[in-house]
Amino acid sequence: MEQFLNDPSIYTLVRGPLVWLAFIVFFVGMLYRIFTTLKMAKKEKVIYPYLSFKYTLRSIFRWLMPFGSISMRKHPWFTIITFIFHICIIVTPIFLTGHMELWNESWEISWLSLPVGLTDLMTITVIVCLFFIFLRRLIQKDIRFLTSTSDYILLVLVALPFITGFLSHHELLLQYKIMLTIHMLSGELMLIAIPFTKLSHMFMFFLTRAHTGSEFGAVRHSRDY
Amino acid sequence: MEFKRKPVTDIGIDEALNRVDEEKIKKAIQWTLKKEASARLKIFVETCMRCGMCTNSCHHYLGHEGDPTYAPAAKVKQTIWDILDKKGNVSKEDIKKYARIAFSECNLCRRCVQYCPFGIDIAYLISLVRRLCCLIGVVPQYIYDQVLSHMQTTNMLWFRQDEWLDTIQWLEDELRAEIKNGKIPVGKKDAEVLYLAHGLEAKYMTGLLTNMAKIMNVAKVDWTVPDTDGWDYTVKALYAQDLETMGKVIRTHYETALRLNIKRIVIGECGHAFRTAVYEGVRYLGWKEPPIPYIHGVQFFYELIKERKIKITKKIEEPVTIQDPCNIIRYRGMGQMLRYIVKELCENIIEMSPKDDHNYCCSAGGGMIDSGPPWKTARIEGGKVKAEQISDTGAKIVIAPCHTCHKGIEDLNVYYKLNVHVKFLVDIIAEVMEIPEEMKP
Ligand code: SF4
Ligand code: SF4
Repeated sequence: MEQFLNDPSIYTLVRGPLVWLAFIVFFVGMLYRIFTTLKMAKKEKVIYPYLSFKYTLRSIFRWLMPFGSISMRKHPWFTIITFIFHICIIVTPIFLTGHMELWNESWEISWLSLPVGLTDLMTITVIVCLFFIFLRRLIQKDIRFLTSTSDYILLVLVALPFITGFLSHHELLLQYKIMLTIHMLSGELMLIAIPFTKLSHMFMFFLTRAHTGSEFGAVRHSRDY
Repeated sequence: MEFKRKPVTDIGIDEALNRVDEEKIKKAIQWTLKKEASARLKIFVETCMRCGMCTNSCHHYLGHEGDPTYAPAAKVKQTIWDILDKKGNVSKEDIKKYARIAFSECNLCRRCVQYCPFGIDIAYLISLVRRLCCLIGVVPQYIYDQVLSHMQTTNMLWFRQDEWLDTIQWLEDELRAEIKNGKIPVGKKDAEVLYLAHGLEAKYMTGLLTNMAKIMNVAKVDWTVPDTDGWDYTVKALYAQDLETMGKVIRTHYETALRLNIKRIVIGECGHAFRTAVYEGVRYLGWKEPPIPYIHGVQFFYELIKERKIKITKKIEEPVTIQDPCNIIRYRGMGQMLRYIVKELCENIIEMSPKDDHNYCCSAGGGMIDSGPPWKTARIEGGKVKAEQISDTGAKIVIAPCHTCHKGIEDLNVYYKLNVHVKFLVDIIAEVMEIPEEMKP
């Protein structure tokens, strides 16, 4: 923030105020979405009375565990790719040394950071996984039938921060500072987009699983996995 | 890939559409998707990542492999997403397509829900499509006719009250040919059990009712059947998503039982009726749980056999396999009870794969068989994987404790030349149980 006030430029803008904005929109947006959903669910009389904590946990546990559901066992390749992808996409930005320095600089907090070589590898993994997911969407008939342009845009949106992050770190293609600016901008864009696009599945997952898990476990006495 | 289907004529859909205009369609959509539906619709539509994990779980897709328009999420895309994309401004042609998908390409079996990482309830979304079709009056004629009958008589086949009483009387006469002083008590107060029958048991499949009466008599159950309308446990309104009629039928069943001061209701082997009575209808009426216990045939037989109220004297030796009806297994987890009963009755059991709550639907459920002859091909095609499952077991008998599965598999049997007999538990039990000497005529 200070930096931007002392030296206003696009670089300091995306490095300061926009980061703030992105995080605020992300957190507030997410809370807002969860809150409105929970409120809306009240209108449907068949949701709250049947929610079961035990079966919500069972459901979430089964679906967060690799190969915990029959569906994952029937789709081994996709399961492996998506698990690796999701782990990397969450872990990399949080434990990246470069990001840690930023946290330290403005908040004087830090936590475990991963070796640069590893996060580099994880970044490449994310990009490769996204490429596979893209190919699958393009080639597999049933998925292609479901896909619309917005799904491809989302893939690009998610890929950009990782691609640009990698390029800026290795000082490839564009000048370091320019690439870094694009990187930060795209990361902020992605954060802002999460609550309002299909990326919201990141937290909606827990809500839908709570409902379906409870329905299957407590009402239908059967498995939802 | 396009939505390509052979034309099918169904006056309940085609002619009904002649009577409505786009205004009415819009109103029905508004009512269903804006007023009635809320969080689930929104979140399920928004959270679907279009990942295709559900595709292969659906027997309709497997019956038309390679045609993505039959995949579960694709059926939602071609109906709900389409309506939302068009902001409710849909044409009659669109409604015709929606009705076809919702009534003849999805059994509401919820198998796909088990395959979706987000637990997106596709069957719920498809039933919303049925609901809005129903509000416009566009429902396959065969279902509609039964729903109208339910509205007026509470049974599915326009049976009058006196016809019911008359039927019970002559069935009791027949029963006495096998059980000395056998009784079918009618409208008896304070009995332990109120038995409700399937509509067809009063007309075309009376043998089922006689066999149930035989078991009740041998097991010395304190039972009765209703002396009024409300004796038929079926609720075809569930298929049309005519929720009002569904509520009325379920309320009548419970009211009948409460009026007679009965301890619990027992029904025969039927899936949809059980699900409706135990939660779909009950929820609609605003109750959390059924006011008195509502017991399915499988649960009832399990009790009778486990408590040795009936004795099995001989076991079936031919190889049998078990059809797990969605409505009592995936919808109520009776898989183990069913297996206990079958083990008591049969020597040689060969299971289908997959089985229990992962089993495939028979492709007749959720109203598909009730849509009648025009839609038979659709269900036969969707039943391909079921036919393969059965033929892989090599069994000679398929035990199907559900009217819909029973008839559906009988049709698959003929079409796919499976060479099996489809049986109800009640028929097998009546055949292999011991009738004490003093009860023989
Ligand atoms: S038939 Fe069953 S598996 Fe197929 S879409 Fe309908 S609910 Fe899902
Ligand atoms: S599995 Fe679930 S999220 Fe994936 S396409 Fe099917 S309904 Fe959508």
